[in-house]
Amino acid sequence: MRPFWSGTITFGLVSVPVNLFPATRTTRTSLRMLGPDGEPLARRYYAEKTGKDLEAEEMVRGYEIDNGKFVTVSDEELERLAPEKTRDINLTRFVKEDAIPPVYFERGYFLTPAGNSEKAYRLLAEAMKERKDVGIATFVMRGKERVVAIFSDHGLLRAETMRFPDEVRSVKAVGLPEKKDVPAAVVRKFESLIKKKAKRTFSPEKDQQTVELLKLVKRKQSKASNVVELKDYRRDKEPEPVDLIQVLKRSLAGKR
Amino acid sequence: MAARAIWKGELKIGTQKLPVKLYSAVEDTSVRFHILDGSKRNRVKQRMVQPESGEEVETKDIRKGYEIEPGKFVILDDEELEKLKPAPTRDIEVSGFIPIKAIPQQFYERPYFLGPDGDQRDYFALARALENQQTEGIAHWVMRNKAYSGALGAQDGYLVLSTLRNAGQVIAADELPKPDGHAPTKKEIEMAKHLVSMLEGEFDPADYKDEYRERVLEFIAKKAKGHAPRLAAVKTKRTTTSLDSVLAKSIAALKKGKHAA
Repeated sequence: MRPFWSGTITFGLVSVPVNLFPATRTTRTSLRMLGPDGEPLARRYYAEKTGKDLEAEEMVRGYEIDNGKFVTVSDEELERLAPEKTRDINLTRFVKEDAIPPVYFERGYFLTPAGNSEKAYRLLAEAMKERKDVGIATFVMRGKERVVAIFSDHGLLRAETMRFPDEVRSVKAVGLPEKKDVPAAVVRKFESLIKKKAKRTFSPEKDQQTVELLKLVKRKQSKASNVVELKDYRRDKEPEPVDLIQVLKRSLAGKR
Repeated sequence: MAARAIWKGELKIGTQKLPVKLYSAVEDTSVRFHILDGSKRNRVKQRMVQPESGEEVETKDIRKGYEIEPGKFVILDDEELEKLKPAPTRDIEVSGFIPIKAIPQQFYERPYFLGPDGDQRDYFALARALENQQTEGIAHWVMRNKAYSGALGAQDGYLVLSTLRNAGQVIAADELPKPDGHAPTKKEIEMAKHLVSMLEGEFDPADYKDEYRERVLEFIAKKAKGHAPRLAAVKTKRTTTSLDSVLAKSIAALKKGKHAA
């Protein structure tokens, strides 16, 4: 698996070349679409008017400026529109770990050292840990500019992409009613409800729908008529499912 | 203009019930592109085909299967899949309360504002109680055939419900090995801490703007008028120097900058 992004984190004049991998993965078991004989189907793009299949290189990206009128934009143009500074993560601001409200966080990624940058990588992780700081910067990844917060997490650097302020709605924009003063007795009523149900720790939960799906699969697979098996099935036509943890471990050990 | 509620539900905490409306607290401002047929400039469509023959398989003939081994599928029919959907309910069941910051931020997925649907007194009282107790509720609800778990918190006096990722979705740093290679020296760490402290400040979201998006939209507007600007090719640069001399230079440069300001 190739990194999602490769680039350089800089703080001051120190640069840390890094690779970036997702820190979240989907657990929702996806079902395969099969044909009448149980053969896995493929999704194809086609031209609506001619019905002709289209290969990747026959398609372009278009921005709709008017109903049905498009301006096309190439990958190269998008890449060239990002000035050099925005292609790197340039940490010019550090804030305390708990200074960012959770509504801003979008998705987590791990950064792994690239090209003999272990020492500088460990230096940044250690300095941020001791200062209890996170670094904030903007950079461009996969055709989108992002604000990112870099955390020092168990000796690793973890990047959380964040929403821009115009992507976070205010109470006023949503149109919620003005805040009201409430009698202290009503607040106390809720406080005592909270205390009754107080717990100390958070324990993440399993995706119950997936658990149920797997139970159903288990029940059905004992009956042969529910199972289709393809004789000359070749895996090489499709990518292997990725084990993200293994990818990260290899990358942290400096291997590809 | 006020936003439209996307769902109505009822918070249930023990015997207390509180009708609420749910509003998205975020919006996606990404530039949206369509995929077009390169020569005809028409929108393209997608269809499912048999990979060998390229022949289309109509939706009614598509079967769904779960792959238990490579090339071996357990067929699940629509009726069975329908039964797996959680039973619809309006309840947002709050099962417990945990201290704020107890949930690692990696778990937060998508925030929603809750607004009062009727009684405002209980709504604002609950928000105040959550703030006073520095706590977040753990909530469960079903919305559009999908079961969610989430964190119920207060933000500036209003209730916010964030969906949470589930157990397997988040990879924790302590599951991973630490990078090896040379350890930085004490002196280098001290210098790096000094450098970091010089760059410390407040978090102000207004400092961050999606300039790239503006640049892309501007480019599109110019291209639409028929005069796309020429764009320079991308260059990459790499430099290597010793770490502590770089740290010393960085600190010196920052000090100079501060004096000049």
